[in-house]
Amino acid sequence: MSSLSVSTGEVAASLVLVALAIAVSLWRRAELEQDLGLAVLRSFLQLTAIGYVIQAIFDSDSLWLVAGLLAVMVGVGTFTAGRRARAVPGAPGPILLALSLAAAVTLGLVIALGVFEPEPRYLVPVGGMVIGNAMTASAVALNRLADEVHGSIRQIEAMLALGASARQAARGLVTRSLRSGMIPLIDQTKTTGLVTFPGTMVGMLVAGAEPTDAVRLQLILLWVLLGAVALAALVAVSLGYRGFFTPAHQLRERLYSGPE
Amino acid sequence: MLRGLDLEIGEGTTAILGPSGCGKSTLLRLLNRLADPDEGVVRLRGTDVRELDPLALRRRVGLVPQLPAPVPGTVADNVRYGPGLVGLEVDPLPALALAGLDGSFLDRDASRLSVGEQQRLMLARALGLDPEVLLLDEPTAALDERAKEGVEETLAGLAGISVVLVTHERAQAERLAQRIVELDEGRLAG
Repeated sequence: MSSLSVSTGEVAASLVLVALAIAVSLWRRAELEQDLGLAVLRSFLQLTAIGYVIQAIFDSDSLWLVAGLLAVMVGVGTFTAGRRARAVPGAPGPILLALSLAAAVTLGLVIALGVFEPEPRYLVPVGGMVIGNAMTASAVALNRLADEVHGSIRQIEAMLALGASARQAARGLVTRSLRSGMIPLIDQTKTTGLVTFPGTMVGMLVAGAEPTDAVRLQLILLWVLLGAVALAALVAVSLGYRGFFTPAHQLRERLYSGPE
Repeated sequence: MLRGLDLEIGEGTTAILGPSGCGKSTLLRLLNRLADPDEGVVRLRGTDVRELDPLALRRRVGLVPQLPAPVPGTVADNVRYGPGLVGLEVDPLPALALAGLDGSFLDRDASRLSVGEQQRLMLARALGLDPEVLLLDEPTAALDERAKEGVEETLAGLAGISVVLVTHERAQAERLAQRIVELDEGRLAG
């Protein structure tokens, strides 16, 4: 694979485009200058830091360090998705399991199938993509689950009253939530190459790779992510719905806002 | 919401009468364990309901909700739903007949019935479980005068089953119940 070197000066030059964004904000009084500044600063600091971390891991060639970095990503992802899915009681537990399983199963499979070598230079970026997409899918699916539960309280209670277990009463909602967690990536995969070029492909093309190589790698990543996202959303909603119920198959009290 | 309530409910129909907001629906929800009291005990034939399997309890103590909430599907699907959860196949016709719906309703989409018909379906669905106790939460509140008379006639004809009827309407309690319990602000009135 070819490699490309990018100088600090070239990076600094791209700040002109940020200046353009700030100018737009100032001119139209969008009041986004502070946010833009913060975004630039954070992206610089976070990416520089992770760059050094990844460099160190590549140099050490230690799979333990890779596992440690992925664990940190799972932790941050769980925290982020948990905050977004606050309407689901006890969401962090299912999210943690969803992200861990998605990362472990997908990376394990691509290695077992011989798609990638078990080396840091593959595991770190692919693991990061898997965890990031799993995080988004879990948060979307769990948010939808909360909406579904709140919108179907009477129906859920009616089913419980007929002797349905929490699982049976939630089955339809769980399936709809799973779908909403999976659909964005499916749609994105359907339109890829038509509307947008995915980031990996852009990066490889810029770095001088053959377009056919860039396409092959991009396909692998897209298809791997489909499996990862399905698994993450499935685990998140299959465990997440329990947060709305007591062990005695009752809806938790604060949800009930019926007559009296 | 409910305080100091000591109540024994026997055979026949018992009406719980009181203004809205007095805790009537809450009381019903305690009886089939859709909710638990903070303090105190609910017993069914002497057994603390918390010692029973909640799902089995709810099949013994059927509930007709205040507003109809059919499951997606046909009228027959709705009556078969509860028994189907435990692997039982029932003929929906007898339960539908008890609730005043004939066989022509079987294959109709439950969500497209009138509110009155849906409420009868809720009754049929609860009866399809062959319960020992039937809980009725303002079963005619959503109905017009004619539909209400029909449902009341059906309720008056139910035999061999303990019924707990929650209502805000004294006349209805007097028409249907052998015993009337009045609730006010979460306590027994009078």
